[in-house]
Amino acid sequence: MDWKTSVKSNGIMEWPYPVRYHDEIELETDVLVLGGGIAGCFAAIAAAKAGSRVIVLEKGAALRSGSGGTGCDHWINTPHPDSSITAEEILDWEVKFSGGYCNGISRYIAARESYETLLELEAMGGKIRDTSDEFEGAAFRDEKSKFLFAYDYENRIHFRVWGSTFKPALYKACRELKVNIKDRLMVTALLTANGMAGERVIGAMALHTRTGAFYIIKAGAVINCLSRHQRNWAFSTELRGISSFRPPQIVGDGHAMAWRAGAEFTMMEKSVLTSFGSGNVLPPYSHGNCLNTWFPCSMIDAKGSEIPYQNRDNMIIPDPADRTRPAPGQKFLGERTTDYEYKRPELIGNLKEKIEQGEYTLPLYADLPGMSEMDRKAIWGLMVGEEGKTGIPVRDLYQIAGFDPEMDLLQSYMFLGSDPMRGSVRPQERTGGEIGDAGGLFVDWELKTNLEGFYAAGDALFAGNYFYHAATTGRYAGKNAARFAAKVNKFSPNREQIKKEKTRIYLPLGKKGRMEWKELNMAMCRIMQDYCSEYKNEELLNIGLAWFDDIEKNELSHVSVDNPHQLVRTLEVFNVLTCNRMILQASLARKASSKYLHFHRLDYPELDPEQWRKWIVLKNLDGTIEQSAKPLNFWQSLVDIYESHRS
Amino acid sequence: MKSFALPNNTSPASPVIIDADICNGCNKCVNICQVDLMIPVRKKGAAPIILYPEECWYCGCCVEICPETGAIKLNPPLIQRVRWKRKKTGEHFRV
Ligand SMILES: Cc1cc2nc3c(=O)[nH]c(=O)nc-3n(C[C@H](O)[C@H](O)[C@H](O)COP(=O)(O)OP(=O)(O)OC[C@H]3O[C@@H](n4cnc5c(N)ncnc54)[C@H](O)[C@@H]3O)c2cc1C
Ligand code: SF4
Ligand code: SF4
Repeated sequence: MDWKTSVKSNGIMEWPYPVRYHDEIELETDVLVLGGGIAGCFAAIAAAKAGSRVIVLEKGAALRSGSGGTGCDHWINTPHPDSSITAEEILDWEVKFSGGYCNGISRYIAARESYETLLELEAMGGKIRDTSDEFEGAAFRDEKSKFLFAYDYENRIHFRVWGSTFKPALYKACRELKVNIKDRLMVTALLTANGMAGERVIGAMALHTRTGAFYIIKAGAVINCLSRHQRNWAFSTELRGISSFRPPQIVGDGHAMAWRAGAEFTMMEKSVLTSFGSGNVLPPYSHGNCLNTWFPCSMIDAKGSEIPYQNRDNMIIPDPADRTRPAPGQKFLGERTTDYEYKRPELIGNLKEKIEQGEYTLPLYADLPGMSEMDRKAIWGLMVGEEGKTGIPVRDLYQIAGFDPEMDLLQSYMFLGSDPMRGSVRPQERTGGEIGDAGGLFVDWELKTNLEGFYAAGDALFAGNYFYHAATTGRYAGKNAARFAAKVNKFSPNREQIKKEKTRIYLPLGKKGRMEWKELNMAMCRIMQDYCSEYKNEELLNIGLAWFDDIEKNELSHVSVDNPHQLVRTLEVFNVLTCNRMILQASLARKASSKYLHFHRLDYPELDPEQWRKWIVLKNLDGTIEQSAKPLNFWQSLVDIYESHRS
Repeated sequence: MKSFALPNNTSPASPVIIDADICNGCNKCVNICQVDLMIPVRKKGAAPIILYPEECWYCGCCVEICPETGAIKLNPPLIQRVRWKRKKTGEHFRV
């Protein structure tokens, strides 16, 4: 029932759950995992297998929550016994593609351990092979192993998988290993030794999202698997539901609490221009296209003419089979890249001009009926179906509405007003953490942060991204955290730190102000659009910081809430504010522009000068920002260091 | 007809539609939603209330977990409805 109907028949309802603001509940464990997404579940399983008692704190419902909770269609960058591509070669691609701004440590761990992680997932019940022989004989199938591959059918390092089966399998494995999963707990802060920023992390504090009760969890080691920041430049619930690519309750809580505790961050100055998150677009992969999930779909124009694909040398590819084959001399095709060495075939580069000249007529359509049966079924059914939000929302819903992939051309919105992939976006509608490699926690070869006892995995890591990466790094961090927890004594939490946190989080209770969390989030986006978007300089960035000082002083204490749910939403927006500060501080610290970080300073316009090709690492110790720098390839000799850590 | 003094709906107003006659009130949809936008009602067996519709992520988990066929369906906002064309006949359709 919708709320209005309910009010009309029953009047205003009281909050349905018992309200327990300020009540304290104490828990204790060896390894505490923050966030029950992909990285979190893998971390919990690895730590439990290593003999630790494990608690997972999850804001939503771990059975399906997180960016990868509903699915995953491509598990990429995975060398395996039958492929000739090595982990070093995969890292090479990542480094070239990102101009060196790549998390060499986590990407290398991921490439080395991705295949064994995938098999582990299968053993838990995840479907990774075409066991029902639906694709028998397809060019992208290995007939012996029944694996299906995407993008590059020759080198076969990107797996097509049935990712909707993964989260239930992980959840079940957690249960079997007696991992204590606590759903509906929003972690709000870290507990540190003696309550001091920069000290060992000894647990965390959390708020029950339905009752408002306060949780204090003591632990030997803590792993941050809380993903990263969103909603910094663009946010509107009115345009298309909550306008965020990753689930809306993921806003960078983990970044904000780690920042307050003195953890080191890097790359927070990076933001990209994208319509994802702007609220002005269609959901990804919900319309006809030929990118990512839809690759290598044939595209035709309104008159039925096929739009050709071209190779990396801009030569037209007449044979559809060549869309998934590397060019002569090319090592392999990357999942996404503009780098010549790994570039994938794509639609002709001058399509826009040809449309303008009348050679092609809009709108364009995905020509699923014109594809071979195997390719069609792989795109519509498997990829569109298993990809995060395309099972029920696209495949099932469209088919119920009458769409038939064998007969129908799904319209593309490319070049139209609601183009979700490549249309013009207002330059201030940027995104930091929604997509791609983003700023995050700086870690060492243990995936440990600068704080003792505090590890990180998945999207929370700097330049982290992807399912395969979250799974492998979660697993790796889980093992290391278990080892650490086994050898240390637990600290008692500091009462003063607990008191301070309770004051902070319960601040909005009983306030009479009229502003609620949405208005605050939108207003903060405007500030980021004005003072930290395509044009940045010292003056603008400092005004941005001054604005957030003002808001903290004048507005935060007036935001009102009616129940624990709204309190959670409000605390999230407080964390958006903290992440905004981190972005502004990082932007001030980088006194140079960078093509790769999509970062342009009017006062330092030179792009990627040699002396600024480095990581700027920042930490916050009780309001004082400390800055250091690390060479881009600070991880040094990959193979040797990895081998020594693994043994 | 009776009129009520009520605020405007947020938009989109109904990300999911529950058929109260089919719904058994098990609240499985309420408890799987990672955004937690629905709430249960006191009356046993009654359908939950969609309290914060504008927070929906349109993931479909609530639909997937529902044990009663047809009790809950995803209702993408009008702003997100896409079109298609039948290749042979050129007829146009929409979601
Ligand atoms: C729609 C979509 C499709 C995608 N498709 C693919 C794909 O096909 N292949 C691929 O490789 N990658 C894909 N990705 C990316 C991939 O899903 C992510 O990189 C991956 O899930 C990251 O895992 P994670 O564990 O770091 O974060 P998540 O899986 O997002 O988990 C983070 C968890 O933290 C919880 N959380 C947040 N804040 C708090 C808090 N304060 N307290 C407690 N819990 C909290 C969240 O509820 C969530 O469960 C996709 C992403 C999206 C959004
Ligand atoms: S899961 Fe289905 S049957 Fe259960 S409360 Fe929700 S709509 Fe009703
Ligand atoms: S579609 Fe997803 S976000 Fe929306 S109500 Fe259902 S479970 Fe919640």
